[in-house]
Amino acid sequence: MSRRNGSGETGKDAAIRVDDLVVELGGVSVLDGVDATVERGTFVGLVGPNGAGKSTLLRSVSGLLRPARGSIVVDGVSIAGRSSKAVSRLVATVPQNTSLSFDFDVRETVAMGRSPHLGRFERFGDDDERAVSEAMARTDVSQFADRSVTAVSGGERQRVLLARALAQDAPVLLLDEPTASLDINHQVRTLELVRDLVASGKTVVAAIHDLNLAAHYCDELLLLGDGQVLASGDPESVLTEANLETAFDANAVVSRHPVTGSVYVTALPENHRGDREGRVHVVGGGGSAARLLYLLDAAGYDVSVGALNEGDSDTETARSLGLDTVTVPPFAAVDAETQTAVESRVRDADVTVVADVEIGDGNRANLDAVRAARSLVLVEERPFAERNYAGAAAAETYAELRERATVVSPSRVVGAVAAAVDEAQNPTDAGRNSDATRSAQSSQSSHSSHSSQSSQSSRSSDHRS
Amino acid sequence: MRIETRTGVWSVALLVVLAVVVLVSAGIGPVAITPSTVAKATLNGVAVPASVSFGQASVAGVTLPTPTVGYVHPFSFPVEGSHQTIVTTIRLPRILLGAVVGFALATAGVVMQGFFRNPMADPSIIGVSSGAAVGAVAFLVAPFAFPFGLGLQGAAFVGALLTAFGVYLIATEDGRTPVATLLLAGVAIQTFLGAVISFMLLHSGESLRQVTYWLMGHLDNASWGDVTVAALLVPLLFFVLLAYGRDLNVLLLGEEDAHSLGIEVERTKRVLLAVSSLVTAAAVAVSGVIGFVGLIVPHVMRLLVGPDHRILLPTSALAGAAFLVATDTLARSGTAELPVGIVTAALGAPFFLYLLRTQEVRSV
Repeated sequence: MSRRNGSGETGKDAAIRVDDLVVELGGVSVLDGVDATVERGTFVGLVGPNGAGKSTLLRSVSGLLRPARGSIVVDGVSIAGRSSKAVSRLVATVPQNTSLSFDFDVRETVAMGRSPHLGRFERFGDDDERAVSEAMARTDVSQFADRSVTAVSGGERQRVLLARALAQDAPVLLLDEPTASLDINHQVRTLELVRDLVASGKTVVAAIHDLNLAAHYCDELLLLGDGQVLASGDPESVLTEANLETAFDANAVVSRHPVTGSVYVTALPENHRGDREGRVHVVGGGGSAARLLYLLDAAGYDVSVGALNEGDSDTETARSLGLDTVTVPPFAAVDAETQTAVESRVRDADVTVVADVEIGDGNRANLDAVRAARSLVLVEERPFAERNYAGAAAAETYAELRERATVVSPSRVVGAVAAAVDEAQNPTDAGRNSDATRSAQSSQSSHSSHSSQSSQSSRSSDHRS
Repeated sequence: MRIETRTGVWSVALLVVLAVVVLVSAGIGPVAITPSTVAKATLNGVAVPASVSFGQASVAGVTLPTPTVGYVHPFSFPVEGSHQTIVTTIRLPRILLGAVVGFALATAGVVMQGFFRNPMADPSIIGVSSGAAVGAVAFLVAPFAFPFGLGLQGAAFVGALLTAFGVYLIATEDGRTPVATLLLAGVAIQTFLGAVISFMLLHSGESLRQVTYWLMGHLDNASWGDVTVAALLVPLLFFVLLAYGRDLNVLLLGEEDAHSLGIEVERTKRVLLAVSSLVTAAAVAVSGVIGFVGLIVPHVMRLLVGPDHRILLPTSALAGAAFLVATDTLARSGTAELPVGIVTAALGAPFFLYLLRTQEVRSV
């Protein structure tokens, strides 16, 4: 936890220092000039896409691979040219998958962790016995010490391997995907255990492909991509959208997890922008619109949202999607100026969507602004009466809006918006019913009075058809 | 129970079994002899070196002192002369050779199965037996004398070691010997040597019967000379392998794990391969190709004592010795004597299939 110990002694007392490391496998350089420092007593997560060189880096530090260039110093000792016995007293490895298909029992398996400390003709002594028992107690595997390793579950097996590494009594632990094949309770249990080990002085480097687990449990992250270190430091500074884009070539959204407070990464489908065109304004709040915003944005619409309070979860979502967002300060009411801003967006929009949001005095002005909408979709999960805290006036406004709106359940919003946008953009196509006619008229009027954007998209869709 | 204690208990028990099998076996034959007579005759045969005196001998014109060892026979039980001769000069050499060969094959089998992490591995998996066979058949068939005065056993031994070394070289690159490559190289070389043997058989003429007999695996015509050489060499090598018992255990976890647990993987593999090839070569050179001992015995012992090589090696070796003595007794007690290789295969294969079907052949 170097961050907490302060950065004054950075590097001086490092558990692992890697300098300009180049590792080639089969003539291809897998690591290409990696520099990294791991402070004593920290938990460092190695993240990056498949093939970035995470395992290769771990295998180099454990002395398994001989670097083509560069140096690795563990606990002040350069591991180049050391015997595997000497290295295995400094570095213990918990492998990703091991062939535990032999009928050794759990205790025997853990006892193999003592082999770096035993001479060829040396007997297993009391010290060794104690180290094994402690390691098993620590990892909570003592209760099935006499069971065969082939007969324990995946999560238990992971703890047995961790116990074996602990019995090795090395200051540095390397874990290769410790959670890869575990279900979520064992993932958390394993990492909590690792966290405890770090707290008691071990230094841990783990390759972890789950970015959110890595962000939550690690003190620092090292982001590898194409054999190089793309970023390193605390999780917040490493897991940025720009870094993720570079490393994973993925479209990810970074936010904070509401419960744990850790950095939270959500990957969005790669080709997330649909080819829908048109402007949509959304009225939401309190999380009622988050999914809606994502779906509409993903479908390709030009989405605006508001008015929302700063700090609202919908605001967070809108920001992370990069949407045009009208906001007021936390807990403040929507004032006249903001209402005008919302109104202008509603007018510009082909369709306005009102989410299943609770209406109070603070955000009643949003409903008033929505009156200007050309075409309207109301999302109803609960009847309006159940979520109206703004009295009869609001109910009246809502009823008036409902009169001319398409009312849908949350699962059908995108379809309804698509239909409404088509109608709004192709007035000649419409005219089958009064609603459609009305929205077509309002569409035309807005063409003359307002946005050129809207008419452009209208033209382009004409062009398309 | 600690591993040392368990190993001790099992080893003593199996030594007793071996002694009983030897005593009973030495009594069985055209002339039946009671176990007590066998025991007495055996003890009468025990010779202890007691004195060394130096004489003079002239080698290439130089006079050198030559030691002469005087032996004392500490026991002299009254045993009928013919029985004494039958036990000590006819049956015991054969029985002891069987014990040493069984000991060697089972030892090498354990090591190869662990080394290859494959329950189907046997001592000849990298072509040691085929190499020995080529050496032996060449000796029997070739119309010229072998260099350095090599005898049949010598030719087989050299053939075995050359083959093992060749397979190792083929499978090694940059100081690493991947187990899978070694296995495949072994299979390929065995096939090739099989062709060489077949070719030589076609041209063997008069010696065909002798060659075929050798190839089947046999313990007759055993001499005290063969026994002495094998009985000195095999236990020595066995203890080297036993010292690597813990390394073999760790190697079962896979080479990467073994490395991270402090094993010098490549060096350990070289030692294991070289020593177990020597053990196998010593056995095959004196007895021909006796199959299934090195496959079955380690399996059964693994079911009984578990996978830890520190106990598996000694128990398998002793059980292998007892097993081969017993099957050879069976082979020679019929009306027509059979090569023991036929008996071990005939008994071993069905037993192996039984294990396979009852799912007891799980893993190494």
